[in-house]
Amino acid sequence: MGLDRLVPFVALILALVSPAASADLPELPRGKGDACVAPTDEMRRDHMDFLLHQRDLTVHDGIRTPRFSLVECVDCHVQRNSEGGFIPVDAPEQFCEICHTYASVKMDCFGCHATMPDSASADANTAASVVHTDDVLGVMSYRVTPVPEGGGTDAD
Amino acid sequence: MKQTSHYRTLGTRSTTYWLTLLGMLCLVAAGYLAAHRMDVEGHWITGMNNQVVWGLPHVFAVLLILAASGALNVASMSSLFERKEYSPWARLSGLLAICLLVGGLIVLVLDLGRPDRLIVAMTYYNFKSIFAWNIFLYTGFILVVTVYLWTLFERSLAGHVRRAGLLAFVWRFVLTSGTGGIFGFLVARQFYDASMIIPVFIVLSLILGTAAFIIISMVLGQWYEDSPDTALLRKLARLMGIFITTELFLVAAFHLTNLYATEHHGVEHFMLVGGGIYTVLFWLGQVVVGGLLPLAMVFLCGRDRFPKTALAAAVLALFGGFCQLYVTIIGGQAYPLVMFPGKRVASSFHDGEVALYNPSMPEWLLGVGGMALAVVMVLLLVRVLPFLPDYRRSRTAA
Amino acid sequence: MPTDRKRTDDALNPDRRRLLAGAAGMAAMGGGFSIIRLALAKNDDEAVSSLTRWGLLIDTAKCSSGCNACVSACNDEHNLHGFGRPLTDPQWIRKLDLVDEHTGHESSLPMLCQHCEHPPCVDVCPTGASFRRDDGIVLVDKHTCIGCRYCVMACPYKARSFVHEALSNQKSYSPRGKGTVESCTLCVHRVDRDRTPACVEACQSDGGGAMVFGDLNDESGVLAGALRDHPSSQVRRDLDLNTGVRYRNL
Repeated sequence: MGLDRLVPFVALILALVSPAASADLPELPRGKGDACVAPTDEMRRDHMDFLLHQRDLTVHDGIRTPRFSLVECVDCHVQRNSEGGFIPVDAPEQFCEICHTYASVKMDCFGCHATMPDSASADANTAASVVHTDDVLGVMSYRVTPVPEGGGTDAD
Repeated sequence: MKQTSHYRTLGTRSTTYWLTLLGMLCLVAAGYLAAHRMDVEGHWITGMNNQVVWGLPHVFAVLLILAASGALNVASMSSLFERKEYSPWARLSGLLAICLLVGGLIVLVLDLGRPDRLIVAMTYYNFKSIFAWNIFLYTGFILVVTVYLWTLFERSLAGHVRRAGLLAFVWRFVLTSGTGGIFGFLVARQFYDASMIIPVFIVLSLILGTAAFIIISMVLGQWYEDSPDTALLRKLARLMGIFITTELFLVAAFHLTNLYATEHHGVEHFMLVGGGIYTVLFWLGQVVVGGLLPLAMVFLCGRDRFPKTALAAAVLALFGGFCQLYVTIIGGQAYPLVMFPGKRVASSFHDGEVALYNPSMPEWLLGVGGMALAVVMVLLLVRVLPFLPDYRRSRTAA
Repeated sequence: MPTDRKRTDDALNPDRRRLLAGAAGMAAMGGGFSIIRLALAKNDDEAVSSLTRWGLLIDTAKCSSGCNACVSACNDEHNLHGFGRPLTDPQWIRKLDLVDEHTGHESSLPMLCQHCEHPPCVDVCPTGASFRRDDGIVLVDKHTCIGCRYCVMACPYKARSFVHEALSNQKSYSPRGKGTVESCTLCVHRVDRDRTPACVEACQSDGGGAMVFGDLNDESGVLAGALRDHPSSQVRRDLDLNTGVRYRNL
């Protein structure tokens, strides 16, 4: 949708022309593993489109490829507190929220979607390493290799 | 005759005008706050639940939308049926129609579970849904009536008044049919599965719209000299009486049809005899106080007592319409779904029970707020553009 | 459990899948469900197809009035634990106790979304958020649901609930949130990974074994076979919605 793309753009322009432009860029907490499913600048620019595309494929066609799955995003990028419990990704200073606060873009994901991995299966999920090729469509050509350690519970 | 009519804006400095406006604005603000709370907290703070999913806001919204369609009566009488005694009031009729519709739509939208997704409703369509059609019918209605008003205001377009009036006339019947169709095509529920609801809604809209016009023109009339004269009010009130008679006939036909089919005996018994509040609202509210009483008033009262009689009858008719919609919308849901005819059903999900519904304060405030918004729009817009007839200047000009 | 993550590398063509499904169906009669899973395993990148139509058969003779296994399993699976407010708390599946008014005969059955072929909820939805997947599962796309509740009005089975308050701690595979309508998903997250819905699983293990899940289109499968060999009925057959959920001994 054109409008969805316009919003961050407008927010960016506003950020540039306003005094807040001098504010420091947020420092994102690092995700797990070596690399994200796409180069960082591509993810910054297009993650909402990836998610929108994936959302329609998953909900309507039952296509459950993990590459642009929001569940996988959360699994990789969720942080833990000092007691080892998960911190919701939409909490202040957390992966999603820190940048969205900076850009003043409202998310409409976590009213419904889980902000933390399902506790029982979380460790198994995050242990899976996602390997992908440079295929632009990114739908057909990758495999998820479950890492056996940690019980290998179903990830859904 | 039309060419010599002059129009004016309302220039009153009357304290009652400003107090009325202030009061209405307070109601609008209260309605907004109620809607905001419903949005933040979720619908559990209302009386609506998984049994009665549409509540008081929908009663108000449908009331306002039907009244909007019916408020065009005066315009149609003037522009389509060429009854020139109505023509000075055609502009106000069009304005009232738009304002009532906006008030109703706001209530409908603010009651959505996700009012922030209005843009979704405007960009994703399922054309098998009457609701989707209604989105076009409602926005189109505002457009069509605006065009009609334009032809009334712009003298060079005077030749198009009749055409625009005809379009508006057709459009409002389709709109009311669409609104009735929301309920008429619900196969699941005993009380709704009947296309008879469509004519019932059409005639109800004629009653409500005429009543709303009588009330608003008389309210405005206290702030300037040219309120509709007694003869016109009497005509309008008697027209409303004819609509009420028709509606009573249609409602009787609706229930008699149901009563002939054994499968509907349960729901008819509920509505007419054993339904508690819904039975009371039907007989006392809809039939007696909101139907027979205003009918008697408009046809039996003497000419000399008319302006007041018309006002009282219009208020009662509005009340009757409110009761009718409450019984139809909420009573229709309160009666349990019949999934297993001939069996008693019980569950933890209130199957087989008459549903509980107690309208909550936020719902009242939202509904009344929508009504108040329509009134505020009228009160302000008549100051901005010349919607009201200026009989005095018309006379001197003649 | 770990087998669920296994992928078959080649996308099976529909004919081959059908063939395998048939063979697996026969094997399943003998009690082995693992083969059926292996054979039918849908690739993650494969769209669902109308060659399949998922459905349920519920034998009310095996469903006892006190048993709530399917309901508890559903509530646990989707975290539907509610707020202690019976009028507004959602129920995707519920137990109905029926008593015949004339004969006094009592029966009990679970009621849930019937996954109709012609769902009234889909017809009335203004945005198309209420939709029917190609494999027959009726769902709400909560991304486009505006919360108008017209579908709740239209459903003849009272199968839909409206989320009346903000939620937290949703399951990652079962997103649900305030202001949208929801109903039984036939555990689509499980079905897409070749598992049976939670209610059916619970009914097999903790209940009366009254529920059978399967493909209505698969003539050699357990579900289609059972429906062919024994009389069954649809609730509100008069509406001719061709429900995906069928009942025996109603």
